[in-house]
Amino acid sequence: MNKARRNPFNLFAAHGILIVYTVIALFPVFVILINSFKERRSIFREPLALPDGESFSTVGYETVFNQGDFFLYFQNSLIVTVASLFFVLLFGAMAAFALAEYKFKGNTLMGLYLALGIMIPIRIGTVAILEMMVSTGLVNTLWALILVYTAQGLPLAVFILSEFMRQVSDDLKNAGRIDGLSEYTIFFRLVLPLVRPAMATVAVFNMIPIWNDLWFPLILAPAEETKTLTLGSQVFIGQFVTDWNAVLSALSMAILPVMVLYVIFSRQLIRGITSGAVK
Amino acid sequence: MTALTLKNVNKSFGKVQVLHDINLEVEDGEFVVFIGPSGCGKSTLLRVISGLEDATSGEITIGGDVVNMVPPAKRGIAMVFQSYALYPHLSVKANMALGLKQEKQPKDEIEARVAEAARMLSLGDYLDRRPSELSGGQRQRVAIGRAVVRKPKLFLFDEPLSNLDAALRMNTRIEIARLHRTLDASMVYVTHDQTEAMTLADKIVVLRDGRVEQVGSPMELYNNPANQFVAGFLGAPSMNFLPAGLVGGASDTTIGIRPEHIRLSDTGRLKAAVSHVENLGGDTNVLVELADGTQMTVRLFGQHNVAPDEAVSVDFDDADTFHFGASGERLRDATVLATDALQS
Repeated sequence: MNKARRNPFNLFAAHGILIVYTVIALFPVFVILINSFKERRSIFREPLALPDGESFSTVGYETVFNQGDFFLYFQNSLIVTVASLFFVLLFGAMAAFALAEYKFKGNTLMGLYLALGIMIPIRIGTVAILEMMVSTGLVNTLWALILVYTAQGLPLAVFILSEFMRQVSDDLKNAGRIDGLSEYTIFFRLVLPLVRPAMATVAVFNMIPIWNDLWFPLILAPAEETKTLTLGSQVFIGQFVTDWNAVLSALSMAILPVMVLYVIFSRQLIRGITSGAVK
Repeated sequence: MTALTLKNVNKSFGKVQVLHDINLEVEDGEFVVFIGPSGCGKSTLLRVISGLEDATSGEITIGGDVVNMVPPAKRGIAMVFQSYALYPHLSVKANMALGLKQEKQPKDEIEARVAEAARMLSLGDYLDRRPSELSGGQRQRVAIGRAVVRKPKLFLFDEPLSNLDAALRMNTRIEIARLHRTLDASMVYVTHDQTEAMTLADKIVVLRDGRVEQVGSPMELYNNPANQFVAGFLGAPSMNFLPAGLVGGASDTTIGIRPEHIRLSDTGRLKAAVSHVENLGGDTNVLVELADGTQMTVRLFGQHNVAPDEAVSVDFDDADTFHFGASGERLRDATVLATDALQS
């Protein structure tokens, strides 16, 4: 910031507010992390205390690794999330390109129809989806989840991406056409790299709900070999007894991959949010 | 041979017709400029020629072949865009080579052509840079280079200088003119800037509302405009129009007189008040207002001491005037024809 415009009080206030917000936002994560390394009694006696020599225990992690196939759950979650994101981005971007680039009858109607999905929660159709999955034999496969999440993510993806694709210069696409590029090459080589920030935004918005979802894994793929992480962690939560050590440890580990993916996307994401604000 | 022929070309977007019955011929090696106010359809016409838009009806012939059904890449054209439209993720070299790669030209041929174009446009030092690392003028030179390497039958320029600042615009203009001489290529150039049109063109096509108003060499259009629109559009400052009644002509006609043909004098026929003065050093533009409210621009050579609100009178030779009818058409009666003879 420019020295002449720097006001110590404002600077302090701005940082203060940001620090307070950061603490509040990180607090639950922090509590989960420290308590996952404590024994059961200390979790309840002093939930906010850091683990020390007496209360330190990795019993939660041991339970998680011994009970159930944690790595399989982990792998399932990762496959479902990454595959769903891939299809959401691919098909969403293709549909958005068609809507933004080509003039055809019913273009606007088609756009509205595709955007309708944003307003209607997909869970309303759960019973119908389950029936469909049963009749196609996809129940208890990861494909069931991938298909549902792709459908769930597409409306928002098409909506956001078509806005961004309209901003890609027409001249650039036309230059490609004159140079003899096919429409597919124009889409993949010229347009996609330019809307990368928007793609990252869509990816992050879709990733977290998919990773955390309990509803569809419970209904469509509850079998042992297709359980996702969130569903797998539920075995530690009972009606009468909950193994808090295990739950907290499982949650701690579930945070990791989302964080990694988020860090990958976040550089792009920030450009996505601010793009257009400054040329 | 003709490089480009347009026969009765019409173009409509839905119910709006933007091009009306365009007929035009571009000879081999000719530099043709489309000029007109914004929204006159000049860019649309260029897009129809390039194949980015389909003509609603009519025939487009490039280098002797009818190309109505041929995609842009196979029409033997190359286009330079106002916004440069360089591929942001490719180097300068790759930008220029992409079209040739798509045509499946041999590698050494591509190398040679890119090197030749880079030499012609002095881009040799920048071949490995990305477009974002270049200045505006350099980017536009790359865009021109991308067109040059393809050795097209016809170059199309869509307001290529509009995004450049004034000094760069002049340099690039000269560069394009030189390119035209060296390559001896046929070029179609769209602009709304009449200086570009006057300085570059072998032939100017003036468009208004999707219709061709007049076609001719720059001086033909300047000295012998077909109607009031063309007369007012070419020349800077633009031609003055006054009701002919003021100087004893028919009441519903208009007289046109170029600013450089008007003089300030003490005994002039028209009394006026100075409303604004622009001192440019080399010449002075004096804006005056006649008693009936008509604005006129007087272009004086050299520096003159004229102050706003000063009362002056203006005069001109009738031989320098153009006469226009009520609907803007040129009137060429006996006296006017005599005028033309004097001018040519």
